Amino acid sequence: MTAAYAILFYAATLILIIGLVVKIRQYAMTPAPLKIPTTPAPTTKQGVVLRMAREVLLFQSLFRANKWIWLFGWMFHVALVLVLARHLRYFTEPVWNWVVLIQPFGIYAAFAFVVGLVALWIRRIAVERIRYITGPSDHLMLLILLGIAGSGLGMKYVAKTDIVAVKAFILGLLYFDWQPLPADPAVLIHLGLVALLMIVFPFSKLLHAPGVFFSPTRNQVDNPREIRYAPDATSNAAPGE
Amino acid sequence: MDDFTLPGLKEPVEIPKIDQGAMAHSQPFSAAPDHQIALGFPGELVDDWHDKAIAKFGEILDSQRALKVYMDACVKCGACTDKCHYFLGTGDPKNMPVARQDLMRKIFRRYFTWAGKWLPWLVGAKDLTRDVLDEWYSYFHQCSQCRRCSVYCPYGIDTAEFSMAAREIMDHIGMGQKYCNEIIGKVHDIGNNLGLPEKALGATLEDLEEDLEDETGIAVRLPLNEKGADILLITPSADFFAEPHVDGLMGYAKVFHQAGVSWTLSSKASEAANFAMFIGSHDQMGKIAERIRDAAMELGVKRIIVGECGHAWRVAYNFWDTLVGPFDFLDPNYPIPQHICEFTYDLIQKGELTFDKSANDHITPTFHDSCNVSRASRMGDMPGGQFKIPRDIIKACCNNFVDMADDTIHENTFCCGGGGGLLTDDLLELRAKGASPRMGAYDQVVKDHGVTHLVAICAICKTQFSKIMPMYGFAMDDIVGVHQLVSNALILDGQETNEENNGETVDE
Ligand code: SF4
Ligand code: SF4
Repeated sequence: MTAAYAILFYAATLILIIGLVVKIRQYAMTPAPLKIPTTPAPTTKQGVVLRMAREVLLFQSLFRANKWIWLFGWMFHVALVLVLARHLRYFTEPVWNWVVLIQPFGIYAAFAFVVGLVALWIRRIAVERIRYITGPSDHLMLLILLGIAGSGLGMKYVAKTDIVAVKAFILGLLYFDWQPLPADPAVLIHLGLVALLMIVFPFSKLLHAPGVFFSPTRNQVDNPREIRYAPDATSNAAPGE
Repeated sequence: MDDFTLPGLKEPVEIPKIDQGAMAHSQPFSAAPDHQIALGFPGELVDDWHDKAIAKFGEILDSQRALKVYMDACVKCGACTDKCHYFLGTGDPKNMPVARQDLMRKIFRRYFTWAGKWLPWLVGAKDLTRDVLDEWYSYFHQCSQCRRCSVYCPYGIDTAEFSMAAREIMDHIGMGQKYCNEIIGKVHDIGNNLGLPEKALGATLEDLEEDLEDETGIAVRLPLNEKGADILLITPSADFFAEPHVDGLMGYAKVFHQAGVSWTLSSKASEAANFAMFIGSHDQMGKIAERIRDAAMELGVKRIIVGECGHAWRVAYNFWDTLVGPFDFLDPNYPIPQHICEFTYDLIQKGELTFDKSANDHITPTFHDSCNVSRASRMGDMPGGQFKIPRDIIKACCNNFVDMADDTIHENTFCCGGGGGLLTDDLLELRAKGASPRMGAYDQVVKDHGVTHLVAICAICKTQFSKIMPMYGFAMDDIVGVHQLVSNALILDGQETNEENNGETVDE
């Protein structure tokens, strides 16, 4: 089991990294032949950075579109960040100070994560329009995420796992010095689904994460009369122009 | 003609229940072989359309980052599902922006992604069949490329980019749309969308000069092909004779006259519209823009000003310089290009125009922000100048002004229902239904504030509303242009009017 999971994680990490690098390269190398910012748009680069920050950190456009989707979506994403940060304690020895400090928030966040996801799933089923645009992969994604959350919370509150051993396993992976993985079902499910998520990331709608930074309607400066926009293959490598 | 029922007038708009296939029958007439071939497209559906379509699709994906990113990025959050006026007006779920994108995305997945190749059922990947193609033809001609969806999408996904690309692919396999492709042909052959030749144009302008003289007692000129003029005016050809457009043209002429600048129209570039944008052809778009650059050089002008036209302003503002620039032969002290509203606004700011506002007292106007001006371009120095400038002009020449509900103006504006190359009678049902959100918001201010007129700065909006407003119980001439109001109220300086005067140029 230990070997299987160790190999699984190495493979998942490789697929995730290589997949993302390939995708991001594709986005970056594809030319943006014309200026198409959705206006009103910032007229300076700094302005674009701020616009992008508002999109990425606050989901500004989504907020304007639909308060419920925004609420649950934002809650779920912020919770995800906190939960991930909390998990750093399994990757660091000694654990970084700030990671120690946020531990309690990470726990609350796990519940917010579940609430957000469940609410989004209910909307997906209950709201006719969203049901119409939902496909099997969208349900599957929610299932994976909730499976991860459920098994994680299960380990903490229901069937406590030998978390010290799990940490040893993870550190072992990092330092190429494999340690045995406790064969609890919750641990195996949790880690298995995480690996699955890493593997599907570069092939799925999770690509919205890198994608948003390359969205021409959001990352272009509205200055076509001030500076001639004349993209060519090379000048196009960087987003933001 | 009315064999369909219009949705009622509602504000705030009601989100309709899903009505599968409600608009599946809506298709524009297809382009005749001649019109296709004239633009370098196959005359009719080619035998190997499937492979050709996929090849073209791949080419577009590799050359347009927007599409490349947007194919992957959509998370099916549903935020855009109630944002399209065509969905709101028809209830057809395929008119929800994300569903419209999915018509293309399912093909993308099948042919260009690993998941779609091996697990098509999981990710909704589909083969490109004749049925799918027909569905494209139907629903990508139910998108006015208004970009309202892109305002609300958390990733800025712009469905207009999809329908442009889909139309480009369809053109390349011989499935063009009559209205757009015929018009593009006319621009190349004659110089404008209406097919108005130079002689007729000259005669029309002379008639208008007479009208202006009758009205004002002053010889206000509408010069054509005048070499050495400072300003070339590029305006939609509807301005030359259609109502209410022509009143706007007279407004521009009066403003130019009052400003004392020398200006001219060009018969070669007697059209601001660039329908190539609607069919997603950068190639054609460049060719159409090129003749404007050529005309400007031949006439030796120093500035180019663009008349009231929405998509033309997008093309001029955002694309001209990239496609056919640089315009370094023009005077860099002025914006290149400049919008007629910017020009008039500057004069108002400098106190150079005198208005008799009471001339518009019979009008209580509200302003319809045109999509391509609001969400795809700008006026003035500040983001959002495109909202402020036309409103300030209206307020300068009218005593009464009322805005419609906030979620229906500025960048939230609703399309008139006829943009994006859909302004044709074979799509009348779609146009009428798609106008319902705008009509609802208008109706509200009519009832609450006694609004009498809808003001627009777009030839397509003006034409669409004069056709559609009567269907909703308003009068055909309740739609007016900004420069029509300017024209009503502007008081000309009688004294220094002289046709020969244009040698002595007073630059603003
Ligand atoms: S708002 Fe954007 S991400 Fe959400 S469903 Fe619509 S296109 Fe997809
Ligand atoms: S661009 Fe406009 S017409 Fe097209 S799908 Fe989006 S909202 Fe609808």
